[in-house]
Amino acid sequence: MNWLRQLISRQRMYGELSEEIREHLDEKTEELVAGGMSREEAAYAARREFGNVNLVEENGRDIWRWPSVENFFADVRYSLRMLGRNPLFTAVGLLTIAIGIGANTAVFSVVNSVLLKPLNYPRSQELVALHQIAPGAAGLADFRNGLLLSPSMYFTYAEQNRTFQALGVWFPDTANVTGLAEPEQVRAVDVSDGVLQALAVSPALGRWFSQGDQIPRGPERVMLSYGYWQRRFGGDRGVIGRNVLVDSRSREIIGVMPQGFRFLDTDFDLIVPLAFERGKVILAGFGYHGIARLKPGRTIAEANTDMIRMLPIWMDSWSNGPGTNPHIYETWKITPMIRPLKQEVLGNVNEVLWVVMGTIGLVMMIACANVTNLLLVRVESRQQELAVRAALGAGWARIVRGLLVESVLLGLMGGALGVGFAYAGVHFLVATGPANLPRLSEISIETRTLEFAFLLSVLSGLLFGLIPALKYAGRRTTLDLRSAGRTISVSRERHRARNLLVIGQMAMAVVLLVSAGLMIRTFAALRSVDPGFTDARRLQLMRIAIPGSLVAEPERVTRMQNEIADKLGAIPGVKSVGFASEMPMEGFDSDWDAVYAEDKTYSEGEIPPLRLYKHISPGFLETSGTRIIAGRELTWTEVYGLRPVAMVSENLAREMWGTPSAAIGKRLREYSSMAWHEVIGVLQDVRENGVQEKSPEIVYWPPIMKGLFGPGPGTVQAVRTVTFAIRSERAGTQAFQGEVRQAVWSVNSNLPLASVRTMQDVYDKSVARTSFTLVMLGIAGTMAMALGMIGIYGVISYTVSQRRREIGIRLALGAQRRDVLQMLLGQGARTALVGVAIGIVSALGLTELMRSLLFGVSAQDPATFAGVAVLLTFVALLASYFPARRAMLVDPTVALRYE
Amino acid sequence: MKKTAKRDLFPGALEMMILQTLRRQPSHGYALVQHIKQNSHDLLQIEEGSLYPALQRLLKEELVKAEWGVSSTNRRVRIYKLTAAGARHLEREVSSFERMLEGITHVLAPGEL
Repeated sequence: MNWLRQLISRQRMYGELSEEIREHLDEKTEELVAGGMSREEAAYAARREFGNVNLVEENGRDIWRWPSVENFFADVRYSLRMLGRNPLFTAVGLLTIAIGIGANTAVFSVVNSVLLKPLNYPRSQELVALHQIAPGAAGLADFRNGLLLSPSMYFTYAEQNRTFQALGVWFPDTANVTGLAEPEQVRAVDVSDGVLQALAVSPALGRWFSQGDQIPRGPERVMLSYGYWQRRFGGDRGVIGRNVLVDSRSREIIGVMPQGFRFLDTDFDLIVPLAFERGKVILAGFGYHGIARLKPGRTIAEANTDMIRMLPIWMDSWSNGPGTNPHIYETWKITPMIRPLKQEVLGNVNEVLWVVMGTIGLVMMIACANVTNLLLVRVESRQQELAVRAALGAGWARIVRGLLVESVLLGLMGGALGVGFAYAGVHFLVATGPANLPRLSEISIETRTLEFAFLLSVLSGLLFGLIPALKYAGRRTTLDLRSAGRTISVSRERHRARNLLVIGQMAMAVVLLVSAGLMIRTFAALRSVDPGFTDARRLQLMRIAIPGSLVAEPERVTRMQNEIADKLGAIPGVKSVGFASEMPMEGFDSDWDAVYAEDKTYSEGEIPPLRLYKHISPGFLETSGTRIIAGRELTWTEVYGLRPVAMVSENLAREMWGTPSAAIGKRLREYSSMAWHEVIGVLQDVRENGVQEKSPEIVYWPPIMKGLFGPGPGTVQAVRTVTFAIRSERAGTQAFQGEVRQAVWSVNSNLPLASVRTMQDVYDKSVARTSFTLVMLGIAGTMAMALGMIGIYGVISYTVSQRRREIGIRLALGAQRRDVLQMLLGQGARTALVGVAIGIVSALGLTELMRSLLFGVSAQDPATFAGVAVLLTFVALLASYFPARRAMLVDPTVALRYE
Repeated sequence: MKKTAKRDLFPGALEMMILQTLRRQPSHGYALVQHIKQNSHDLLQIEEGSLYPALQRLLKEELVKAEWGVSSTNRRVRIYKLTAAGARHLEREVSSFERMLEGITHVLAPGEL
């Protein structure tokens, strides 16, 4: 405890040391006086003999302390004092850094939560999505999910594999829950055995499905999500064993999943077990997503090989019915492309996020450059102080350290403020939920993000402190002592650092503005695309499902839908109503099948290209605004008469028959036992998968037809889940939606309405990623331009203040004011042009990285590049103009008298 | 500290001389300087101030202790005394210094090469 005693008694010891030294000097003086010297002379001589009193005291004190630590704290105290003494500088610096670090921290927290963190399942690196492609199946390339799994594939893969611990299939679904409160359409996930085992998240309450729950026509069971359990059952633990009516069928609740459990990236309300009937399963029916957990140590490559091995087994084990050749699928060249589940969840969002992170990083660098400039100015004005400190014995390292401590302190304080901004930013981000970001609910600021913010603060503090520190700490101090405070012109060399910084800022601003410009052009290009519908704002949508348990007979289903459409049409202000199996861009899994044309010949075993197919009602085209290119729309008479008619998209008509009009009268079918359907109309192409994706070829069937769900006994089937579209000026208003509900319930009060929204909402959602990127780049670009402008303004202003005398002399010697203005504007323009040139060259390379985000514009779009160059040069001239005008107005006599 | 070290003959020499002086008799800072200066016949250039950091160092390592007292000229001064540890330290230092000096002398002695 010796050191503690020393620490406590230190102040006293310092006092004693000073007193002792004073006594020493006194005694010496007395002695010299006694020796005959004058008192004044003696005191001087005593001091000379003694040496530097301050230094001795300091050295004496140093013995008692931990010099590095305490010097550091002294530096901190000193820095705080200096920062406090210059509130304007400190405020500007802090704000710049805080905005920079805040933006970076917020974006990093998104990158961290979405991209870097593993999925929220135990040992999630073992989880994979069983993605597969079929390059031999023409038309399949249009379908975003590749080739999904069929039930027979599930059986083969689950039973024959050697590389998976657990494997199952699932698909997202909706279900009507009745009997609780208002009828409600909820989000459901249908899962086979193996899915929950693969995810390995235990239920919060009750149990998982077991094999016994997946028996066809066995006991019907269901699991709840935590959110649904809270919402509908108030978190009642007695809910296990109770029954709910799901699609008018009673199901027993056997378990509740824990809070925070999400099914991949979907929030769901119910998990419903799939019960495939082994005896009725055929090869086809590719409608299920596969998910699996690898055995420990197995790789994705091994799993792919395993699946390739199982494909022939699958073809040998099942059939598509008598007389069909199971090996026709060999022509499809089915290839497993297993992906990590995380990749499946994230999709292509990582490109967007990295681009945004990169741009925000650039903004940070521009901010750093600005603060460096500020610090340079300040250090220049503090030269006298630094010179005095050096003269008093402070070493070079000591001064550099002092300046760095100051800048790092500034960085840390700005960082702390920035983290506050980041919290607000992330809160805002999660609340607005842009870009359909996957894992949005998981976004939060956590330890890793705070570490990032801390690191960024320190690094930026060092970065913007280093240049001024190195530049000024090592200078010859005698010169500065003499000249400080006098307004001599600044040496060229001293100016270079500031000019370089501004050039760098301009270059980075060019890159950011070009990126933002390209996104604006992309957005404009998207806007100008005809999506296949008109005036989305006045198109009210909602989805209604009529389950078999509610209305069994198919024709009654269609009649009920027709009746709903009529009721909706009677609402005041409604122009027209129609319905379709789905609206463009709604993002439901598409239905597709091979489509044969009567007038084409197919070789043995050849499967024609797969086509997307949809079902639309009479009146739908008028409502959505989809144009009829040739022929006509189908009628209700044809619908109820089960007349074999169809419509096709223009691109399909052109591909198969050359022109739209040639398609009229031609006949199509999906499989041999289906009746040939006559093409009565050709419709304009529709951007089904989003504005950025090319329009797929589509066959439009009536909403009710024979053999709708593939070859069966030839019974009539109706589409039970449809999206209603209502054209009205009042679309989207609360009052209107209330009336729509009442109209639907006047037909059947057990029908829940889902996805009540306008077509504009659907459209916005489909371009959300683009608009999110646009907004982020726009903000970054604007910030960069503002910071760059401040940078140029600062440099020119500073030049003017330093050259005031010189300008005064020039004016006194007869220079014209215009010349002065021109000289300074020229300086600003030169700096800007160099920066712009460097920026353009860098941008040419960097925009290549965002190619996948662009649409309808090249990554090297000349107009954008030229526009940005002109804009920035103009802004730079503007920023130089104000200080230059001030210089022009310098009064020569005042400037010369200034000394 | 760098400066004192530069003016000493070698690091630790000043401390050794202080300890030696104090062994003969406790004294205060000014008297110590005067004594060392005189006894070195002014051959050693010692800045008076450099004494104090050295004394602080010795105090910290508890080789000397200090008490306030009154000097012969009737001043309030801090009088330093050698501690037992200081005496032992001095002996070790002196003997190692003498060995070093002997070595140097041997090397420098003329004619014995």
